[in-house]
Amino acid sequence: MKKLKLSKYSKENIITYGLVIAVWAVMQILINGGKVSSLMQGLLVPLCVYVILAVSLNLTVGILGELSLGHAGFMCVGAFIGAFFSRYMQNTIGQGFLRFILAILIGALCAGAIGFLIGMPVLRLRGDYLAIVTLAFGEIIQNIINVLYIGRDSNGLHFSMKDSLSLGLAEDGDVIINGAQGITGTPKDSNFTIGIILIIITLIVVLNLIHSRDGRAIMSIRDNLIAAESVGINITKYKLMAFSISAALAGMAGVLYSHNLNNLMATPKNFGYNMSIMILVFVVLGGIGNIKGSIISAIILTLLPELLRGLSNYRMLIYSIVLIIMMLFNWSPKLIELRKRYSLKRLLKKEVR
Amino acid sequence: MAALLEVKNLSISFGGLRAVDDFGISIKKGQLYGLIGPNGAGKTTVFNLLTGVYKPNEGVISLDGRNITGLKTIEINKAGIARTFQNIRLFKELSVIDNVKAGLHNHYKYTTIEGILRMPNYFKMEKAMTEKAMELLHVFDLDGEAEYLAANLPYGKQRKLEIARALATNPKLLLLDEPAAGMNPNETMELMDTIRFVRDNFDMTVLLIEHDMKLVSGICEELTVLNFGRILAKGATGAVLNDPQVITAYLGE
Amino acid sequence: MSFISYLINGISLGSVYAIIALGYTMVYGIAKMLNFAHGDVIMVGGFTIFFAVSMQGLPPAAGILLAVVLCTLLGITIEYIAYRPLRQAASSLAVLITAIGVSYFLQNTALLLFGANTKSFTSVVTVPAIKLAEGQISISGETIVTIISCIIIMAGLTFFVNKTKVGQAMLAVSEDKGAAQLMGINVNGTISLTFAIGSALAAIAGMLLCSAYPSLTPYTGSMPGIKAFVAAVFGGIGSIPGALIGGIVLGIIEILGKAYISSQMADAIVFMVLIVVLLVKPTGILGKQIQEKV
Repeated sequence: MKKLKLSKYSKENIITYGLVIAVWAVMQILINGGKVSSLMQGLLVPLCVYVILAVSLNLTVGILGELSLGHAGFMCVGAFIGAFFSRYMQNTIGQGFLRFILAILIGALCAGAIGFLIGMPVLRLRGDYLAIVTLAFGEIIQNIINVLYIGRDSNGLHFSMKDSLSLGLAEDGDVIINGAQGITGTPKDSNFTIGIILIIITLIVVLNLIHSRDGRAIMSIRDNLIAAESVGINITKYKLMAFSISAALAGMAGVLYSHNLNNLMATPKNFGYNMSIMILVFVVLGGIGNIKGSIISAIILTLLPELLRGLSNYRMLIYSIVLIIMMLFNWSPKLIELRKRYSLKRLLKKEVR
Repeated sequence: MAALLEVKNLSISFGGLRAVDDFGISIKKGQLYGLIGPNGAGKTTVFNLLTGVYKPNEGVISLDGRNITGLKTIEINKAGIARTFQNIRLFKELSVIDNVKAGLHNHYKYTTIEGILRMPNYFKMEKAMTEKAMELLHVFDLDGEAEYLAANLPYGKQRKLEIARALATNPKLLLLDEPAAGMNPNETMELMDTIRFVRDNFDMTVLLIEHDMKLVSGICEELTVLNFGRILAKGATGAVLNDPQVITAYLGE
Repeated sequence: MSFISYLINGISLGSVYAIIALGYTMVYGIAKMLNFAHGDVIMVGGFTIFFAVSMQGLPPAAGILLAVVLCTLLGITIEYIAYRPLRQAASSLAVLITAIGVSYFLQNTALLLFGANTKSFTSVVTVPAIKLAEGQISISGETIVTIISCIIIMAGLTFFVNKTKVGQAMLAVSEDKGAAQLMGINVNGTISLTFAIGSALAAIAGMLLCSAYPSLTPYTGSMPGIKAFVAAVFGGIGSIPGALIGGIVLGIIEILGKAYISSQMADAIVFMVLIVVLLVKPTGILGKQIQEKV
């Protein structure tokens, strides 16, 4: 008989997958039992989007060790390209599911390609400089989409950066991307179950990458760039690999996001740096490099403001205070020392002794 | 026999200061060679030049008859030079075995897709890597700590792990930058045995920088002495260490 | 002629960016952290003046003084409560996220106190506009005051940092905290002082910004904050003249971009120029090149 031995990593991974599946199962039961408010149900797909974003950003921040503040930019690329594809193909590919899979693939590929193009020159920069350039990139993407007009008529596609009138569409024309008004009428192909499946795909990609030869190379760069070079690891290649995969997954999250909205607009709120920062908060609070932590903190921090909704105006204030306190509690060396001294585990151990 | 490493006329300046001036060395295959000199003499700079961290202003470095002057660090490693660092540079958040596996990176390959989809080649190669890494760790008596985080190893073992990682890249020439620094006399003795073992069993040539004269006189067959970036003396270990010039340079006048 | 007007407006906006960027750059230089809440201190300054002058009818000078004092105290308090405990934290990201938390906190406090409606800020500048070239170019009082303030602040800070003992202590702490401590410098005090100065400057920037662009919301400080941060990076973060150059260049690009290319694309243009500059000179225009010792 073959001996089955699970390493520490595999156990951790199984817990992570189990967690996601458990969340899905519990929600399904609650929904079928009619115990979930429609408000809460509306949050489920965004929740999946945030989890994917947090896990994928953790690949850049925690595994590669580079600070990116432009993750929402890649999500934006995926969202718009995916939605554009679905709108364009709405009558060509009637089969919704197939069209959605194609939209996801195309959105992810385009976001990944943009990540690659941005990463090539930019990953030479160190630390905070990289952060500011990625932030700038996110703002640029959002800005460009707000002045982009694309329409279609019997003559084909028309582009403009001015307004929808200058597209010069024929009678049968259809404005697909309408500048700041964005894309209207994207088919609503996203749902919670697909969201969960995409989370699992993200986890497979990220976790398996981490525990492979490439992941080791990426983490060795994070831990010591000079030593990584000295053992023959190609710095540029692996930085780009991690960055582009992270971007592609964010793009995938974007496609999921856009197919949940009838009207997709690029506003500072959903694709601006505030969004990028929110995802970063998930990652740091969940533990840098800790994938399971990213999932949990994305879920809690997305639900927290909703759970505090009863407190109406005070909820974001409370959110900010909770955030500051949690950061101090988790990261302050003095508090960590204090926690170790009075931790429950240790007190219990003393009892035993 | 032709030299494995042949360096001629190597020089580099930093802002007008000639850190290494007209350096030359010739190391035969299988030799244990020492590079010594007072602090700030330019020893580590020589290592940085040999491994492509710095580009020399002048000079030629050839390894096994191939000119490797001006190549990038990773190309030099692929050509066959591996090193350790004076201020230990481990992959601290990786396990001990993963540090060695990172060193095996260019010798056991599978594609990213094979890794992500966990295809058969992934399991085959990872298994081979684990075996090879454990074999190396065993040499350095680190196999018991394979799953520890590298950062949690005691100092002496960290130095050993760095050597194991360097060896994993399957080099022709191993550069050790103060391998005994911070070790107690017992550990140093052990290290000397290990270095000899590596030379004999891995068919290795070793160039090392060291301040511990017991180690230097104990294992180095030939020495080059650097002082203020220039070569002060070179030759057989015994003769060099008794050279009055060398003694003056070390002890001061 | 309109080009010259645009240029002057650009320099004026750039001067505000430069004053904010100074706060960023000094704090970054000394505490090695991106203080994301800095932009929101500007907003606090703006609201303080709005509250004192427009709502309570105090004279503008009193309002400005109140704003400067309040922001200075705020800066010191934020550093003490939220940033100091994390100075030795294992990851520099921790303090960045805390700064983001502080930023949310300030925005939402303002939201609770003053509501989300845009307040129209009454300019506190009483200097009359001047007309040049037979009235073809008009320079507003706000513009004149802004540019002059910026020059005074720059000169003052350069003198302070280079010629006074406390300023030298600041430089020492930003080079090496441990060594500075050994030399008997009060590191904590010096860092507090840096936050105090940065926040006082933010209050002044808030006054100038709201006088020139008189709409005030809880989010007023956030975009100028980000732009000033860009300006600081652009000029070379940690460098005082760099902040001036970065700020002015950014202001000019933004105004000219709005005027001649596209008003909607102005921000994108600013950010694109930043990316290009950093690709050519990875540490900004006046930034120091740091190489890791092997």
